[in-house]
Amino acid sequence: MDRLKICVEDFNFYYGNVQALKNISMNVYKNSVVGIIGPSGCGKSTFLRSLNRMNDVINNVRVEGNVFIDGKNIFGSNVDVVDVRKKVGMVFQKSNPFPKTIFENVAYGLRINGIKDKKYIASKVERSLMDAALWDEVKDRLNESAFALSGGQQQRLCIARALAVEPDILLMDEPASALDPTSTAKIEELIQELKSNYTILIVTHNMQQAARISDMTAFFMLGELIEFDQTGTIFTRPKKKITEDYITGRFG
Amino acid sequence: MNKIKDKLIFFFFLLSGLIVVMLLAGIFYLLGSTSIHAFKEISLKQFFFSDNWNPNAYGEPSYGIVSMIVSTFMVTIGSLVIAVPLGIGTAAYLSDIASEKVREIVKPVIEILAAIPSVVIGFLGIVLIGPIVAKIFHIQSGLNAVNGSILLAVMALPTIISLSEDALTAVPNTYTEASLALGATKWQTLVKVKIPAALSGILASCMLGMGRAVGETMTVLMATGCAPAMPHSFLDSVRTLTSSIAIELGEVAYFSTHYYALFAVGLVLFIITFIINLASDIILHNYQKVYN
Repeated sequence: MDRLKICVEDFNFYYGNVQALKNISMNVYKNSVVGIIGPSGCGKSTFLRSLNRMNDVINNVRVEGNVFIDGKNIFGSNVDVVDVRKKVGMVFQKSNPFPKTIFENVAYGLRINGIKDKKYIASKVERSLMDAALWDEVKDRLNESAFALSGGQQQRLCIARALAVEPDILLMDEPASALDPTSTAKIEELIQELKSNYTILIVTHNMQQAARISDMTAFFMLGELIEFDQTGTIFTRPKKKITEDYITGRFG
Repeated sequence: MNKIKDKLIFFFFLLSGLIVVMLLAGIFYLLGSTSIHAFKEISLKQFFFSDNWNPNAYGEPSYGIVSMIVSTFMVTIGSLVIAVPLGIGTAAYLSDIASEKVREIVKPVIEILAAIPSVVIGFLGIVLIGPIVAKIFHIQSGLNAVNGSILLAVMALPTIISLSEDALTAVPNTYTEASLALGATKWQTLVKVKIPAALSGILASCMLGMGRAVGETMTVLMATGCAPAMPHSFLDSVRTLTSSIAIELGEVAYFSTHYYALFAVGLVLFIITFIINLASDIILHNYQKVYN
């Protein structure tokens, strides 16, 4: 029943001469949630940002190896990075709505795709805000500035904005780290609901969060993928000592 | 001892601040109190609504400044039409496309452009741009509003480029990343996210460029022909508020109506530039509030 969505093969990533990711191989199946954990600077974010080629915006980086999404190598020579990013949405650590209205934030992705049909845009914005569990809170104030929302609402707005483009995969880089517990709970609940339609990779510093929401967990350290398995296995019977040490909080 | 020193320093700074404010107030007072005499003999209606400026006419001298105001706005708007798109384009190139190396060389060079004396620009207008304009439009003399607009555009460009580039660079990187992550191209990100986010900074830079163009004297004096008549097209010779004062004030009889009238022209000019600078200041202030 599971279908291979993302296949990473011997992936290496360099910032100048510094190797940030070493020989990463990983298979991610459709409609699963993958939690990525590991100490700061271990390459989790770099790995995540490689999957939609967001690292391209940084100067002087180099990659080796392959990342196949639906069987197609996203680092292939004739791949348009814009197409990759439409397929692989991203939610950042710090909520980053545009200085536009709530409506325009969500409509942005549609407009840049050349969609002009106002009715379609309005219905898509509504749908996306509903999917991001924000619609009821903002339906009467769509024309207000996105900055008028609370931090948690802004982050859900960013999720809605990403959903509007209809990606298959959603990358989340510590999406709840700057939020209060209530907002965090809402985002976690949302991830569970989104799972049925999307494949989700989420970087988190919070191990309980990884245990709660993910099906698979990947443990990174010093640029290496130490262990990747079912979340239950990682948290109860990790194969490697170092994973166990990290999970039990012996270092971090 | 330290207390006295502290107080002295405090008064020094207070005094410096007061002197600058008093200077501005003093200039305003001088212009105002002198020009008021002009309106004892010239009706406000004639001054602001007549396009006939002929102070030396036998019998009935005339003091209408409409043609000068029109001339001033023609060269100013002409220069903005050229400088704004070019300036924003260059700023966008520097902030988004140029490599670090190119930016480090080009930006200082553009800022040096602002240091070229206006008389040199005027000189270029007479010997280079003017003849080219004359050739292109098949007219006798290239000393006209088009020539003035081009030269003023050159002078306004450094301000517009430098401040617009600052405004674009100040747009938080998170906006750019968010836009790119949604599958926007670099171009779409620039036009639909970065420029709107930097808009007030860009507008302020254009207003400051405009202030420079309105107040510029030497270049327009040299390069626009200075005929004191109502211009009918951009290919006509124009005489701005500034060049009228520069031409006539040196030769006018002191305390004559003509003398007072020139002060009144100066007051009008001062008010125009003051409003432009104030407006750009307000825009810039609001802009900083959004980001801090």
